[in-house]
Amino acid sequence: MFKRSHYIALGACALVLLVLLNLPAPASARLKLAIGGVFLPLFGLSTTSDSFVDQASYQLLPRQTLISELRRLEGENAQLQLLSAQANDAIAENNRLRTQLGLLPRGPWKHRPARIVGRDPSTWWRTLLIDYGSRHGASLNQPVLTADGLVGRIAVVGHSHSQVALIGDSACGVAVLIAETRDQGVIKGPQSTVESGIVELSTFQHSPQILAGHTVVTSGDGGIFPKGLPVGRIIDTRPANAGLFTTARIRLGANLNRLEEVWVLQSNP
Amino acid sequence: MTWLSPTLLFLVTWLAVFFQTGMLPLRVLIGAPPSILPAIVVYAAFTHSLAVVSFLTIVAALWADSLSGSRLGTGVAPLFVVGFLLNTRQHLLLREQRYAQFWLGFASGVAVPAAHAGILLLGSSEPAVGWFTLRQLLGLGLLNGLACPAIFLLFDGLRGTFEYQLAGPGPYTANREMKRGRH
Repeated sequence: MFKRSHYIALGACALVLLVLLNLPAPASARLKLAIGGVFLPLFGLSTTSDSFVDQASYQLLPRQTLISELRRLEGENAQLQLLSAQANDAIAENNRLRTQLGLLPRGPWKHRPARIVGRDPSTWWRTLLIDYGSRHGASLNQPVLTADGLVGRIAVVGHSHSQVALIGDSACGVAVLIAETRDQGVIKGPQSTVESGIVELSTFQHSPQILAGHTVVTSGDGGIFPKGLPVGRIIDTRPANAGLFTTARIRLGANLNRLEEVWVLQSNP
Repeated sequence: MTWLSPTLLFLVTWLAVFFQTGMLPLRVLIGAPPSILPAIVVYAAFTHSLAVVSFLTIVAALWADSLSGSRLGTGVAPLFVVGFLLNTRQHLLLREQRYAQFWLGFASGVAVPAAHAGILLLGSSEPAVGWFTLRQLLGLGLLNGLACPAIFLLFDGLRGTFEYQLAGPGPYTANREMKRGRH
């Protein structure tokens, strides 16, 4: 039925599979990074061409538009400085009170910007590639977010790039709480919807007081995400497991389909 | 120049895997990353040796796995099986007609991701699979169905441009040969 060359091809493929699928997880991850390195020139080219297009578009903007934008940003900056001063005062007061209660004071969040260079080429996962690797200070499990909300965590660290597991992926479980009711729960993938902006939350007990529009933030449990990072808002709820728990759909604050830049939290308070 | 065609094939595959990580509008439209690797494997299976097809399927799958959340190597078997079956059964299959190329691309575009999901579900992974997967598979099938004839056209054009062409029969015909001497 088959010729000798067919058996050789089948044997070679089986051998490759046998070796790869039996590699220990750290060796497999290292090999994965090494193989993925062949795309670094293309990612570099893509980043350079993006910044070139940005620069070109800045050159084309009329001076009047730039001046009006500058004035708007100066006004916004003044307001933010005022808010920042108030927040710093509140943080200092909070830390003083925490110290009096015998709790460790919370440090400020340090964050670094990173640019999205690619998305998962497979259908089955929700991951991103960012141009932020170990040479920039990346380490495993660092939270990734935008001003609108949490995005995910760093799942694989390369030399110049890292892979981010997004909320809703099975590699990124997030312990959360509802800000209004203080009910706790967990967001864990895989999600049952194709829409990446919606995820499901399971609470640890039946909580009928959770309503649409309530705010969801990280609870700080689990040790990966610091407490208080915004996640999203409740869309609707339903009882699950014969009324023992509540399942709620959440619209994420960060629009995962339109991400271009993200922030990586460098130190957990 | 027999090396040129496989080189072009690997180059296009490398670019195809890279573009799978982007192309956001197409990704949103079909609900899945725009992977045309199955269509490329269909073309390779009909035009290259089994050795080239085997190497291509293994390398392409490892490239795609290296950028994704999948465990390295889980994407090899589906691509290899499609390439192997088409290459060993090519004498039984239509391939010149555009509609045949469409259906071959469509079938492989559905079969490869479905088999990959099956392999992942057999392991300890938890891929995002649900009723929406049917829509994703349909989108990928249509994408590969449309890409397959385009890939045949592209590579046939490239081979026609860069490779030596077969010499035609020429003006010589044996029955017009002038014979000398007595007959």
